[in-house]
Amino acid sequence: MIGYIIRRVIQAVFITLGVTLLVFLLLHLLPGGPARAILGPRANAVQIASFNHDNGLDQPVWTQYGTYVQHLATLDFGYSYKLNQTVGALLAEDLPKTLVLVGLSYVIAIVIAIPLGIYQAVRRNRIDDYVLTGASFVFYSMPVFWLGIILIVIFSEILHLLPPEGPQGATVGDLFGQFTSLILPVVTLALGTIALFSRYMRSSTLENLVQDYVRTARAKGASDTRVLFFHVLRNALIPILTLIGLSISFIFSGALIVEALFNYPGIGLLFWNAAITQDYPVILGVIVVTGLATVLGSLLADVLYAAADPRVRYTKA
Amino acid sequence: MTVGPAPQQSALSVGPITAAPIDAPAEVQDLVPAYETRGVWRLALDVFLEHRLAVFGVGVVVFMTLFCFIGPLIYHTDQTTTDLNNQFITPGAGHVLGTDQLGFDLLGRLMVGGQTSIEVGLAAALIATTFGVLFGAIAGFFGRFVDALMMRFVDVGLAIPPLFLALFLASAFQPITLWTLIVVVAVDAWLIPARLIRAETLTLRTREYVQAVTMMGGSGARIVLRHIVPNSIGTIMVNATFQVADAILLVAALGFLGLGIPLPATNWGLMLSNGVTFVADGYWWLIYPAGIAIVLTVVAFNFIGDGLRDALEVRLQKR
Repeated sequence: MIGYIIRRVIQAVFITLGVTLLVFLLLHLLPGGPARAILGPRANAVQIASFNHDNGLDQPVWTQYGTYVQHLATLDFGYSYKLNQTVGALLAEDLPKTLVLVGLSYVIAIVIAIPLGIYQAVRRNRIDDYVLTGASFVFYSMPVFWLGIILIVIFSEILHLLPPEGPQGATVGDLFGQFTSLILPVVTLALGTIALFSRYMRSSTLENLVQDYVRTARAKGASDTRVLFFHVLRNALIPILTLIGLSISFIFSGALIVEALFNYPGIGLLFWNAAITQDYPVILGVIVVTGLATVLGSLLADVLYAAADPRVRYTKA
Repeated sequence: MTVGPAPQQSALSVGPITAAPIDAPAEVQDLVPAYETRGVWRLALDVFLEHRLAVFGVGVVVFMTLFCFIGPLIYHTDQTTTDLNNQFITPGAGHVLGTDQLGFDLLGRLMVGGQTSIEVGLAAALIATTFGVLFGAIAGFFGRFVDALMMRFVDVGLAIPPLFLALFLASAFQPITLWTLIVVVAVDAWLIPARLIRAETLTLRTREYVQAVTMMGGSGARIVLRHIVPNSIGTIMVNATFQVADAILLVAALGFLGLGIPLPATNWGLMLSNGVTFVADGYWWLIYPAGIAIVLTVVAFNFIGDGLRDALEVRLQKR
């Protein structure tokens, strides 16, 4: 077990380094490079050369990458010339707010999707299962922003119950201070996730219901409820652990759209603005941070999976 | 069983694919009745046709394709010049779905926008699947160091949330054309098929028939292209269908975020992005038709993918 975790952590470190390398190289493949992006199209050759020299951009790419990684290790993500702040400060301000959005949606999604999936598995191929399966297909296929628009139309334009904009403010405390504003963004993000998780939970439960241990438990006289909640549920939850780990990048993508739609001040909105204004230090910083979150998430899921299912430790390299 | 053709013959025939499969000895080919290969596909078709939602999906995709590509030939609208005297017309006789803020007829716009969405979806899925399949098959076939290196690259790609990567690429390669969109979406999408086919290759390459080809001197390219890829075709097709659905969603998301093909071209996501601006004004026709078009098309491809999975994955047919 310890060996497995150590192997997996080393792998995660390499993947994170890989993310920084990939994004760093992409940035240097851009037409004109960072100097052109920061100084603008009217900068002349002398200005560009002087900027490159000042920022070490005339060094070989590998030296630059080394410096970049060194800076990252000290949490120095560079400087946004467009926003006139360090990227580190921007991330420190906006990342917690995105984590609130993502975290709340995850909790809601898990709390709803797991019972829903079990219910569908138990009621499989009956009318309510079909309706729920159809609904989850629709929610899964629905663009997050369209779902958000519809919720805005219903809950703020027609019913006037909730504000159409996300909470504003610099700190996480500000967000919770405007709790009603938080509801629509969180629900929008959660609905698609519920659809995804409940589909997996349904098939995972179904797969376990036909296993030999279920027959054994029944033969020993266990009631349906006992079999379902004491035997099947434990095993059916294991693949969901992996799914939660793997879906982190999917959730971050959804969060970006939700933040853009509701003007929610998280790293998604920060990234979107940076992409439009081509503010590359910010783009790079956000990708590294979300990449790190994804890697950590799947690392955590794998470790939990190994703890829950002993077979994994021996078969996975 | 007799030994197959001489090794040189196999090695020579790597280039263009000839009509008769050269790997199997003639006697073995005779032992396999001709109808059996057809039978597998017919069985798959039967299972697929039983999947009512998948058949519905095919119907929707056919309808959407006709609507977007044939529709404009029947329903003529001007989708290139703006007409500000006729903005925000309520749906009715002259304009079935009304007009938008630039005076474009929305039903016509839905067709034009759909063309982009479907074209980019299909092309990106095709490119991503082809590249991903080859990448995965090569990694799985060579194994060891090559595999480790190639798959860590895939891991790195998968660690970056897809929309962030797409947004970064789209912002870097301005101005956006149809091909930029296709490439951006494909760059995002090829990682999943690569991983799936690599896993499939790891099991396929130990099969007797692959070892037989190796014994006969068949090259790596031949094994990958003539044996591993055709035997993974079920996984490939199922995944490709889901890829189209995801690609249409991703294009819509990029359009919504303002990174689409510039006017007068459009796509369903861009149309919705315009609609959001006027959400408080009650112009419902700017919001619902484009959204419904996206959901219908994406659901349809997901249904088809599900049906294909039932039809092509032998493991599931046993149940």
